[in-house]
Amino acid sequence: MPKMTTRTRRSLIAAAAIAATAVLSACGTAGPAPSGAAGKGTAGGASSVWVLSGATEVAFDKSFASWNDAHPSQKFTVQAFANDPYKQKIRTAVGADQAPTLIYGWGGGTLASYVDAGKVVDISDLVADPALKGRFIPSIAAVGQVDGKTYAVPNNGLKPVQLYLNKDAFTTAGVKPPKTWDDLISSIPKFKAKGIAPITVAGAAKWPLLMWEEYLVDRIGGPQVMKDIVAGKKDAWSDPAVIKANTMIQQLVDAGGFVNGFGSISTDSGADIALMYTGKAAMTLALPSAYQAVQSGDPGFLTSHKLGYADFPTVAGGKGDPKDVVGNPSNYWSVSASATKAQKKTAEEYIAKNLLNDSYVTDLLGTANVPPVRGIEPQLKKTSDPEFYNRIYKLADLAPSFQLSWDQALRPDQADALLTNLQQIFLKQITPKQFSAAMNKTL
Amino acid sequence: MTGYTLTTPRSGRAERPRRRRARSAAPWLALPALLMYVAFAIVPLGGAVVLSFVHWDGLGPMSWTGLSNWTSVLADPITGNALALTGKIMLISVIVQTPISLLLGVFTAGRHRYREVLAVLYFLPLLLSSAAVAIAFKAILDPNFGVGAGFGLPFLKQDWLGRPDLVLFVVIFVIAWQFVPFHTLLYQAGVRQIPVSLYEAATIDGANRIQQFFFITLPQLRNTIITSGTLMVTGSLTYFDVVFVLTGGGPGYATRLLPLQMYLTGFTANQMGPASVLAVILVVIGLALALVLTRFTGFAKMQSDQEGV
Repeated sequence: MPKMTTRTRRSLIAAAAIAATAVLSACGTAGPAPSGAAGKGTAGGASSVWVLSGATEVAFDKSFASWNDAHPSQKFTVQAFANDPYKQKIRTAVGADQAPTLIYGWGGGTLASYVDAGKVVDISDLVADPALKGRFIPSIAAVGQVDGKTYAVPNNGLKPVQLYLNKDAFTTAGVKPPKTWDDLISSIPKFKAKGIAPITVAGAAKWPLLMWEEYLVDRIGGPQVMKDIVAGKKDAWSDPAVIKANTMIQQLVDAGGFVNGFGSISTDSGADIALMYTGKAAMTLALPSAYQAVQSGDPGFLTSHKLGYADFPTVAGGKGDPKDVVGNPSNYWSVSASATKAQKKTAEEYIAKNLLNDSYVTDLLGTANVPPVRGIEPQLKKTSDPEFYNRIYKLADLAPSFQLSWDQALRPDQADALLTNLQQIFLKQITPKQFSAAMNKTL
Repeated sequence: MTGYTLTTPRSGRAERPRRRRARSAAPWLALPALLMYVAFAIVPLGGAVVLSFVHWDGLGPMSWTGLSNWTSVLADPITGNALALTGKIMLISVIVQTPISLLLGVFTAGRHRYREVLAVLYFLPLLLSSAAVAIAFKAILDPNFGVGAGFGLPFLKQDWLGRPDLVLFVVIFVIAWQFVPFHTLLYQAGVRQIPVSLYEAATIDGANRIQQFFFITLPQLRNTIITSGTLMVTGSLTYFDVVFVLTGGGPGYATRLLPLQMYLTGFTANQMGPASVLAVILVVIGLALALVLTRFTGFAKMQSDQEGV
């Protein structure tokens, strides 16, 4: 007996170890039950909301705290999550009808899939309310629409991408901020001669690479190229603009434009931005979160006005408007379809009365976020750094096209393939043609 | 068995009859374990098999797709690449980890000066969580702020995680750093069980230390080597956390091992069907490996190497 049992038990243990991986994939069916969320809440249960942890969290906390104080019978419970875990958790929760009452999102492909599955409420009537209608910048509010109906409203700062510069590094190398792509290429040897890396980018994180691709494709071919890709037109990735953008990226890599070892640089430690404000690199292409990173990493860099800004360079012969921007227009609230009637009512009243009201706007400005609210120019002048705040506001407000980040605009499976293939472009593992061929398969 | 040990102290006088009864009750005592195993291994496994035949994005309704998930996954070059990487990492891990942990185990089992202090240092990685290990190494390997810049040694200033030809070995190194202490512990226990009389006899016969190692220690550790090897091989099928945090499977597909590809397909690309296909493939490979290893290494027989001692 001992012999048999031992053998069976040993192989069972081994099998169990392996089967654990199967459990992992089966998690999708069961799903982690959201603690604190009252998805299946009893009548009168508190509405719930999940926010992202980080610098901006405090603005959300304050907004919901003041709502809770004024409405003791209609309270929200607030929970904060880190960015990447949130994105996976929220999808599972929405799929299992366990979502918080207010769903934090980015618009784009994910919002469209929620709408397709009937998981979020149509709030077109709510936003038609005159009090709410004029509040947001129209192009930013439009991201919350799917097929002409509104399912999401902006709740966070504008996030256009631009170049962030170390002015000292430019002075040392005797270079002016690049206006054209050729300026950028010709500045590379000048920076390198002074031992400064021209551009820092977090290649290990993949998504920072995407901003280069998004801007180049728009500058070369205009916004229509991406519209065709999102619409799933056959061979849309073989558009000459995409091929040319990838060719130019590889030329920039060959010319030594990016800091040595950029493929190992991660962004969660802030190592990419740190290279810029420590003077080891001259510039970086980034979301406004780069400003927050400098603010916490080296506040003196800001107060001594060493941080400069520039639009993405133009490309000779390109069709795109030089005022076009890419990035995340904002973040958005959607109302969960699985919430109770009382919870939905609370959420809609909160959106109508408190969303991006004056104190909310002030709190966002305090965390280096520029709210997508019309007519806040006077408030921008009173901020700690009017140059930066005005610039962000103007970038977004004046843009003929504000392209949502591709990894958000596309279906999740396409986004995964895009990020990985693009990383291979930057590391010169594949050619632009191979990139287009691989991506065409995902359409 | 647990029940037997628990009841013994209270009824020492009636040991023999009790022992017999305890033996006949053994299958019942296995019931809780069996229930757990069915609930947490068999049922999800069945779920994964079913899911491998449906299309599901985790949000909308599921729809039956027949074999199309299987054909698309098996035809996908990324699957082949992931399989090859998993095989490579399995093989190299065993080759790298076994000698190091064997030698360290033999060393820590001996009686040297400072042995305990050194042993504590060697076992330290065992106390750290995989995510912490990966985050720490990510910071250490940063080309601009990491170990290269810290020590001012240019050869340490490599693009460790960004060079596709280098990154696999970095991953194998970090995994070895994390798991060698565990296997060292196994070997240390194994060495401590070898009767001293064997070494005494060998010394009288004139065998030197190296001869003693090869003719006594190594053969006596046969079962330990098999145990540790089996754990390494089956464990390398499930390497996930360290690689996920350290490289995310990148750059490109350079470290996208099979478990990683399964996770990314399921939870980043939201394709539960193909992800379940990969999960089933992993289970099949794991079971096959476990069976082959237990059968052909004599692991199952578990015969003592100390007969006649």
